[in-house]
Amino acid sequence: MAFDDTPSPEEMNPDELALFQELSEFGESRRFFLGQTALTGLSVFALNLLAQQEAAAQVQSEGAVLTTNPTDPGNLLSTTLNVNGKSHTLSHDSRVTLLDALREHLKMTGTKKGCDHGQCGACTVMIDGRRVLSCLTLAATCEGREVTTIEGLAEGDELHPMQRAFIKHDAFQCGYCTPGQICSAVALLKEAEEGQASYASQSLNDSGGALSDDEIRERMSGNICRCGAYPNIVKAVAEVQSGRETAQTWNFHVRVGEEGLA
Amino acid sequence: MRAFEFVRAASPTAAVAACSSKEANYLAGGTNLLDLMKEDVERPGQLVDLNRLDLKEIRESGGEVVLGALVSNTDTANHPAVRERFPLLSQAILAGASQQIRNMATNGGNLNQRTRCPYFYDTAMPCNKRVQGSGCGALGGLNRMHAIFGWSNSCVAVHPSDMCVALAALDAMVTVLGADGAKRVIPFTNYHRLPDGTPQKDNTLEPGELVTEITLPANRFAKNSYYLKVRDRASYAFALVSVAAALELDGELVKSARVALGGVAHKPWRATQAEEFLSGKKATTENFKQAAEQAMKTARPLSENAFKVELGKKAIVRALEQAKKGGVV
Repeated sequence: MAFDDTPSPEEMNPDELALFQELSEFGESRRFFLGQTALTGLSVFALNLLAQQEAAAQVQSEGAVLTTNPTDPGNLLSTTLNVNGKSHTLSHDSRVTLLDALREHLKMTGTKKGCDHGQCGACTVMIDGRRVLSCLTLAATCEGREVTTIEGLAEGDELHPMQRAFIKHDAFQCGYCTPGQICSAVALLKEAEEGQASYASQSLNDSGGALSDDEIRERMSGNICRCGAYPNIVKAVAEVQSGRETAQTWNFHVRVGEEGLA
Repeated sequence: MRAFEFVRAASPTAAVAACSSKEANYLAGGTNLLDLMKEDVERPGQLVDLNRLDLKEIRESGGEVVLGALVSNTDTANHPAVRERFPLLSQAILAGASQQIRNMATNGGNLNQRTRCPYFYDTAMPCNKRVQGSGCGALGGLNRMHAIFGWSNSCVAVHPSDMCVALAALDAMVTVLGADGAKRVIPFTNYHRLPDGTPQKDNTLEPGELVTEITLPANRFAKNSYYLKVRDRASYAFALVSVAAALELDGELVKSARVALGGVAHKPWRATQAEEFLSGKKATTENFKQAAEQAMKTARPLSENAFKVELGKKAIVRALEQAKKGGVV
């Protein structure tokens, strides 16, 4: 489970406590959270929040917007997800996507929510070894299927070769698209090995061998990077896919006279 | 997203029975439907999940190749029989979307995806396809990406698929299962429709009908076909214009030709005048140019997309040249 290093409630300041309670990280109800935050001197904030939530609940119960009563949705499902080799049974609303099941139910926040509309690729995970967009996959359709996320790529402390290559070639700046990029790139290795073609392939029957940079760009086009780390992403993917090590082109710069600090 | 009931269908017949209510919708890959539900454009009260159905096979029967409706776009593009005998289809599929989406998207779903017209997506805007009688926001609005053929005052949207452009060129047949349990076969060029006064209907399916198979009849185009897609960026973008071109050649002589266009109409647009012009003529650039003129003769561009006429002509010539050279096989 994530947040193994979460401090205990006693060690937190009120803001941290409020945030973690809201994430139900301590398994407590919203009502308890509201009560406690009020006691810890955040009563104004809490009352505000309470008012907002009640207003939101009212809009829902007045019909028109949502037909389902939030306390009795009538569309609850139970799904067993196999994520990175571990089985989890969730009780969830039918609307929950795989992305939200991972992030909000299982607290596996490695998979990122970017556009939430299938345009950016940040939410890419693998299902049965194939890359898919978790934001456009309903959790309910994943029963009995093997989901692999960024958290499942390393073997203990040993990073996946693609993770190592991304670090070596500085294939990210902010890092938000990176889990999706890496999951996509790992799946790409298998696709290339199987001889799958792309729109950039010279022939539909090309099989095996190192992919050209154009091929890698085409095959990775479903993962957008707003920082523009593309040249380095291509280098990282090319190194692992071809199996040919290439030199890292960046380095920490040590200024003359500061060698001792390096 | 609005609440819906999730139902798993165990057989095609059960799926059709479950989807008989007006509120219900089929769920296959979900790449378009889930997005539209998040945007509040689609509001099904029930989703009938097709993913467990046994429609995941590609089989060769006689001279034909039959594609199961639930085979993924990726598996279809890479199937040996499709690559070898219908490379135009492989190439068109690979020109669409991204690998992630092609892995999820199914053949049946590809046919039934909806337009990406921004006025259709924006619930604050008028759109006859979304709300009948509300008007067409694109007609006098931003219509650079829209139709130049077959549009009406009620809708100028285009069908977004690449795969369907190839299927139109290849004279595919769509088998559907009806609510009464009866099967019916629809020639591909009749599957999608022009908007006329009822743009809310994208295709000629009856309510509840389920696509089960797509049949590719034998042809002699495999050696000389090409799918050209022209778009605003090199990958992962919808077509401004796309061309599926196929030639059956006897030396320099064109025995038979197929030209279909994407990104230009409410349905994949067969340029039959161009095909007829080329039939029996020599496969020369001059003839390809004249065929392109024929194809564009009936074009009616909107305020912002007159460029598609010239672009379309050049794309047709280029696709025919590439097909003549042997495509990507």
